[in-house]
Amino acid sequence: MTDSITTRIREIIAEQAMLEPDQVTDDSTPSDLGIDSLGLVESIFALEEEFDISIPFNANEPEKSDFDISNMGTIIAAVRRLVAEKAA
Amino acid sequence: MSGKKQGRKKSAGLPAAPERAAPAVSHPSGGGQRRVVITGAGTINALGHDVDTTLAAFREGRCGITALDFRDVDRLSIQIGAQVHDWRAEDYFNRQQILLYDKFTQFTLLAARQAVAQSGLNFEGALGLRSGVVLGTAGGGLNTWDDNYRAVYEEGKNRVHPFVVPKLMNNAAASHVSMEYGLRGPAFTVATACASSNHAMGLAFQMVRSGAAQVMLTGGSEAMLCFGGVKAWEGLRVMSRDACRPFSANRNGMVQGEGAGVFVFEDYDHARARGAEILAEVAGFAMSSDAQDIVMPSAQGAERAITGAMRDAGINPDQVGYINAHGTGTAANDKTECAAVAHAFGHHADRLMISSTKSMHGHLIGGTGAVELLACIMALRDGIIAPTIGYQEPDPECALDVVPNEAREARVGAVLSNAFAFGGLNAVIALRRA
Repeated sequence: MTDSITTRIREIIAEQAMLEPDQVTDDSTPSDLGIDSLGLVESIFALEEEFDISIPFNANEPEKSDFDISNMGTIIAAVRRLVAEKAA
Repeated sequence: MSGKKQGRKKSAGLPAAPERAAPAVSHPSGGGQRRVVITGAGTINALGHDVDTTLAAFREGRCGITALDFRDVDRLSIQIGAQVHDWRAEDYFNRQQILLYDKFTQFTLLAARQAVAQSGLNFEGALGLRSGVVLGTAGGGLNTWDDNYRAVYEEGKNRVHPFVVPKLMNNAAASHVSMEYGLRGPAFTVATACASSNHAMGLAFQMVRSGAAQVMLTGGSEAMLCFGGVKAWEGLRVMSRDACRPFSANRNGMVQGEGAGVFVFEDYDHARARGAEILAEVAGFAMSSDAQDIVMPSAQGAERAITGAMRDAGINPDQVGYINAHGTGTAANDKTECAAVAHAFGHHADRLMISSTKSMHGHLIGGTGAVELLACIMALRDGIIAPTIGYQEPDPECALDVVPNEAREARVGAVLSNAFAFGGLNAVIALRRA
């Protein structure tokens, strides 16, 4: 599914990773994209600012967050869910 | 593309430097140097307003972390901290002083008064000329910044109190200590984030050891628990919402604290000549820089400071019985610190004790090493090792004796206190029994 939200998420992550948006594929992990822990926190901040959402994420236990950062696909799905919840 | 990103990208791509080859000793050991002892200690922190109450809390494994109580706390996502409760500045300072002293200065002066009183020193005359003060803080007068930004930005005021600058400056506490006691020698403030106090105390030690000063008041202070101070830390997403559990597999971040610790570091011959009670000997100090990442710690950098401090003190690893850990309770610090200790001590790592008292008094950032030095003195003097409380689940990456949950009796002859700051700046102090 590619719409404006998904496109914007890819652009934000791409900017952080210093890549082109089309290089940010669904199966790529943050580490594949060269995004370290600080870069991840920065990306999450950028997503929160863009969509005016609050993303639950503790860098000490990323696996326990409701926000699944396994790969771009899960990140996009999680952001879309938060955006939808905010609109509801 | 911002310069910041370029910088990070570039540093991440650098090959690992051959770190262990370089000497970590910050001060060459040699003949003719003076011995340095601690003859006074003072503190205020979430566990108590003096040393005795704080040490009692260490023995009991009492936690000073509570719900935060200050303006706009409801707008924070992190609402716990090791806050100093029942603080009434008017009990210690007059109205004019309160107008001039930020809370970090107030905490410092209270701790300094306790330390100087215990030492029995009088700095009038020649001693004041040969004495100084070096203190650590990261945020300085952060409450003053916060209050006055509010006034001009939020409330739209166009005027601030005339003392805003002298109140917020990071050297305010050191200057007021020097004025209160007439310390006319070296006086300055060190800001190296979470290692500030250890750097300050290390420099004070070096100055007394070299003869540059006869007595130094040293330690550090922090008063960052206000809306802006905690909000800034929230951004990094390394803070726990519920507890500080260093070394525990289920740890989920650090918890901020506030307060101060101040010590009297004195030339041993001077202390002995006047019959002073000696709390411990400061035996060695080393500092190192990771030169690697602005937030992620390096085990090699930490290890170089640890081994450097032992070498500077002339103690062998197997003589160290206790380490007060940096132990922030973050995923990254605790496993990195344990790896550094394991590597620095080899087989002896399984025999020594290492605990993080941040589980009780929180992370005092620039003041933390000073309060933690109290646990080191307690270990040497009283033979009681402060515990790591909140410990629930073993972590294979922190497989050391972390003195879980309960204090322990043990006779130790030498101890270390670790501090590893954001920015990759490491400072380790070695103490031995007097």
